[in-house]
Amino acid sequence: MLKIKNINAYYGKVHALKNVSLHLKAGEIVTLIGANGAGKTTLLNTLSGIIPTASGEILLEGKNIVGQAADRVVSLGLSQVPEGRQVFNPLMVEENLELGAYLRYRAGGQRSEIAADLERMYQMFPRLKERRRQAAGTLSGGEQQMLAIGRALMARPKLLLLDEPSMGLAPLVVQDIFRVIERLRSEEGTTILLVEQNARAALKVADRGYVLETGKVILEGKASELLENKDVQRAYLGRDKKEIWER
Amino acid sequence: MQIWEPEYECMPREEIEQLQLERLQATLNRVYKNVTCYRTRFKEMGIVPEDVRSLADLAKLPFTTKEDLRLNYPYGMFAVPLREVVRIHSSSGTTGKPTVVGYTKHDLKVWSSLVARFMTAAGVNSDDVVQIAFGYGLFTGAFGLHYGSEMIGASVIPMGAGNTEKQIMIMQDYRTTALVSTPSYAVTIAERMEKMGIDPKGLTLKVGLFGGEPWSEAMRREIEERLGITATDNYGLSEVIGPGVAGECLCKRGMHISEDHFIAEIIDPDTGAVLPPGSVGELVLTSLTKEAFPMVRYRTRDITSLDYEKCDCGRTMVRMKKTMGRSDDMLIIKGVNVYPSQIEDVLFAIEGCQPHYQLVVDRKGALDTLEIRIEVTENIFFDEMKKQKAFLDKVEKKIDSVLGVGAVVKLVEPNSIPRAEGKACRVIDNRKI
Repeated sequence: MLKIKNINAYYGKVHALKNVSLHLKAGEIVTLIGANGAGKTTLLNTLSGIIPTASGEILLEGKNIVGQAADRVVSLGLSQVPEGRQVFNPLMVEENLELGAYLRYRAGGQRSEIAADLERMYQMFPRLKERRRQAAGTLSGGEQQMLAIGRALMARPKLLLLDEPSMGLAPLVVQDIFRVIERLRSEEGTTILLVEQNARAALKVADRGYVLETGKVILEGKASELLENKDVQRAYLGRDKKEIWER
Repeated sequence: MQIWEPEYECMPREEIEQLQLERLQATLNRVYKNVTCYRTRFKEMGIVPEDVRSLADLAKLPFTTKEDLRLNYPYGMFAVPLREVVRIHSSSGTTGKPTVVGYTKHDLKVWSSLVARFMTAAGVNSDDVVQIAFGYGLFTGAFGLHYGSEMIGASVIPMGAGNTEKQIMIMQDYRTTALVSTPSYAVTIAERMEKMGIDPKGLTLKVGLFGGEPWSEAMRREIEERLGITATDNYGLSEVIGPGVAGECLCKRGMHISEDHFIAEIIDPDTGAVLPPGSVGELVLTSLTKEAFPMVRYRTRDITSLDYEKCDCGRTMVRMKKTMGRSDDMLIIKGVNVYPSQIEDVLFAIEGCQPHYQLVVDRKGALDTLEIRIEVTENIFFDEMKKQKAFLDKVEKKIDSVLGVGAVVKLVEPNSIPRAEGKACRVIDNRKI
């Protein structure tokens, strides 16, 4: 599905991604974990074309998407749910969802198909249906997150990028969000690349994970194995570990 | 034919290579951060992990040798704090310091599954009763096969090495179906059975997994014939993980290397240059998933070649030929690694000067024998038989304790050992392997 080789990216002069290689198979949930500033969001933004790739290749189903404009990347099948939701506050919930299908509509997509997808979203997120005529800005954080996910799904992506979906949400709402992620995979077969501060929850729902440290991948493995890894526990799962080296 | 982890063992080549690149880059980032030896070595050569952008770039990195492991004795090459290490093994001791290797919990899990792979490939399943006739202890062999069998769900009999008659009794009474040992020990068992008047074909034994020393196709046929079993080969070394690096499937046309965990290269042992696929040369291994003891470009000193042709069993992992020898002077005698230099050191310690000596290795029946011939000098000259006998005993004892292998020591006439360019021809290997 997605194959990345040696991508490098910069924020100004900061070398934010150093030779990152990773892959996702169709139907997989893969998570990126790492501390603040490790390069997780940068990686997602590079994939979706928001930040330019300095070097390397990104193959989406065999097609190199490096250098493509962000809207082109969406039509090629890659949608991102940005950090902090970024829904269009003054617009109604339904309008937000419809905007997710804008590129499909422009490309001559059938209105009936788009309407059917809208119904699907309402089935998946009944709360959004209840509030379909409400301005998105009046929704709670959790509802906005559902809306942001729904909006991304309206583009019928092959690959969904989720950036910190649980950020700033109450614990119970976080559980809901992770349930949604699980359903997306089991019911829709969506391939997901997930970035999360909540590493434990992310590793529980994911198949595999990559651990990023200062822009570099230092570990790759099955999610269950990473949960057991002492480095990961020490750095990201909040286990208290002394770093004393006995020789 | 069963496959233990088909999602990895049957991966298309392109996917294997992507996974290898990802894991290689992650491994290099980790060793550069955590292992002083690698960091200083890379810095000396002006290399950073980011310079490796493809599998071919691996060739830019320095080799790691057994000497490096000795210099960093005991824990210098570990990439995690000792508290995360749950197992320590050691390679065959030499006169100098042995090499120490460590495993985290995850490493042990990976090791078990790698052994489970080749045991499954050899036809072992949860119905089998596996008799392990390798020595337990610091060696990795017995434990690797032990864990692999347990992971498969087979019943394990941890016999340990030696005590042939008891091995045979247990094999009969416990209805062993799979034998794990060195190939030469399998022949010993067959011989002893013949002597005891036991027909191996009347036993439940059906497969043999043999490793730890090089053996030939002729020996395979002999073992299969005499014991009435299917015999397969497997390969590994404790510095890299132990058994489980590679193992044969029932096609018996080379051992599949678990490439999702190791990268194999073949190099010219003299120049260090990487040779094209199919060439015969020294095997160099890089670990991709090990946590406690990662290895970058370890020179195994084993001579072999790699075959990337598709195998009939469905596995896509590259196959290595049976090892054809060593690129150094190491001898494998009764499964124990012996360097002539160790013997030299012993003689030097006893004599205080270096005598001319020669090692004669032979195979009597299935067992290796080692004879050490020492030229008589003024220092080693005895007019009394008693003194001479005492001297020989002392040497034999010392050799036995250092090598872990018994040897017969003989004194020979001065200048009776042929010299080549002033140096004695040290080793005569009469074994037909």
